Amino acid sequence: MGPAQGKGRLTGRGRGWKPAGGPSWRPLTGGDPERKILRRLRFRPSPTLVPGFLDRSRTIAPPGYNRWRVPPAALAIHQSIGQSDSISVFNHPLATLIGGDMPAQGDWKLSTIGWIFSVAIVFLGLSAFTFGRWLEDAGPRKAMFASALCFSTGFLVSALGVATHQIWLLYLGYGVIGGIGLGLGYISPVSTLIKWFPDRPGMATGLAIMGFGGGAMIGSPLAVALMNHYRTPASPGVAQAMVAMGLLYLAFMMFGVLTVRLPAPGWTPPARAAGARVTHAARDMHVNDAVKTPTFWFLWGVLCLNVTAGIGVLGQASPMIQEMFPARIGPEAAAGFVGLLSLANMAGRFVWSSFSDVLGRPRTYMIYFALGAVLYALVPSTGRAGNVVFFVAFYAVIMSMYGGGFATIPAYLRDRFGVMHVGAIHGRLLTAWSLAGVAGPALVNYIREYQIGRGVPRADAYSFTMYLMAALLVVGFSCNWAASRRPFEGKAA
Amino acid sequence: MSRDRHRGATLALIASWLVVGIPAAWGVVQVVAKSLALFR
Repeated sequence: MGPAQGKGRLTGRGRGWKPAGGPSWRPLTGGDPERKILRRLRFRPSPTLVPGFLDRSRTIAPPGYNRWRVPPAALAIHQSIGQSDSISVFNHPLATLIGGDMPAQGDWKLSTIGWIFSVAIVFLGLSAFTFGRWLEDAGPRKAMFASALCFSTGFLVSALGVATHQIWLLYLGYGVIGGIGLGLGYISPVSTLIKWFPDRPGMATGLAIMGFGGGAMIGSPLAVALMNHYRTPASPGVAQAMVAMGLLYLAFMMFGVLTVRLPAPGWTPPARAAGARVTHAARDMHVNDAVKTPTFWFLWGVLCLNVTAGIGVLGQASPMIQEMFPARIGPEAAAGFVGLLSLANMAGRFVWSSFSDVLGRPRTYMIYFALGAVLYALVPSTGRAGNVVFFVAFYAVIMSMYGGGFATIPAYLRDRFGVMHVGAIHGRLLTAWSLAGVAGPALVNYIREYQIGRGVPRADAYSFTMYLMAALLVVGFSCNWAASRRPFEGKAA
Repeated sequence: MSRDRHRGATLALIASWLVVGIPAAWGVVQVVAKSLALFR
């Protein structure tokens, strides 16, 4: 089956069918952006080395296709790449490769290992920025395939780095190659689901990005189980576990690659669903024009500040609760606290983002920032009062809104800049995550060390950080307010 | 013929959700089990 045959089918579909019942179809107009893409696909010869199966034309769904078959494809990708949030599970084994149970001369420091995650997040943003436009043209299947190859290759190169004790191979493997896979895999399913669920864009993006939150919950126990399986007296089993994870994630992501579909040009959701809610989308704006608008940069600030406030605290959650409640919380309970925050983070992605379809994106973000700032300001007092229940409850709500902020932003972009280039625009916006991924943990760690260095008791060392996070959220509130006051750049469709 | 196709599509839908739902459920169970230590 060559590319030529795939295009022949596309031509027939591109002209459109009008099936009785089920999804309704509208005739294509001359200026329809999907039609422009189809025209380009039809007349531009495909590179002969690229298999036709991955072409955008081969992902167009047939008439009557059930759109609820697409979210699992998106989830397969996001559940896999979401493993990156649990990369710290390898920290201790990597730091004791030579020494065994305790670090020895020549072992990597934790701060050295911590850069693997930071490099991966930076390359997530860079690849989303660079390849965002390409994936809109190439289609989700090709982008997801590339993501799967990069992500699994990252594991294999990292395993080689562990086996030869070369840290640069981990930076290159998991950080650079895996990070590129993260960026491609993050934005492609999101823009695909937005196209399938124009009536519920918040729920659609929440569904996909919830998978990223859930990925850490799968990746962490999976890594522990694999390391236990491969552990020998001479080796902690890290390299073998990384090889196994690379192959397992490749297979799992291929399920998403094989099952992803795009709606046919002119497809609209079933009438019953479309009548349920009406959400406004702006006229499609090209990514190069969108990034020149103040609205884009206000939303960049919204994402950056929301993530900065959450990501640093999430990384320090375990030592923080132990130091704030030294007599009551041990390492095991602290691990439970981290798990609970992951659960709140994942649930918040779906719940808050779905909620934004009803309340509207600007109001939802106002809740994130206002409620988040109040809760951050109250957290130190729960520590002083020794109230673990309120401490945990406040953090669970904060983390749910941190996740919600990630999940709602693509729908916000769709509202403001239209559906057509939302993947590319989302890719540009994710550079905010890269910056926050470095700034957030650095802020929390360095402020804590500075406070302890000045003689502040460990239990109180986080208070200033919490107030600073509350202040960041107040600035985020202002960015969101400014974005909401901006007129729509495009005419409502 | 049409009924068979409909049934096949429904089975594919259920199977797709199970493929992603089972690992997710396993992950949630692991986290909830670990979180119980917080409330002991």
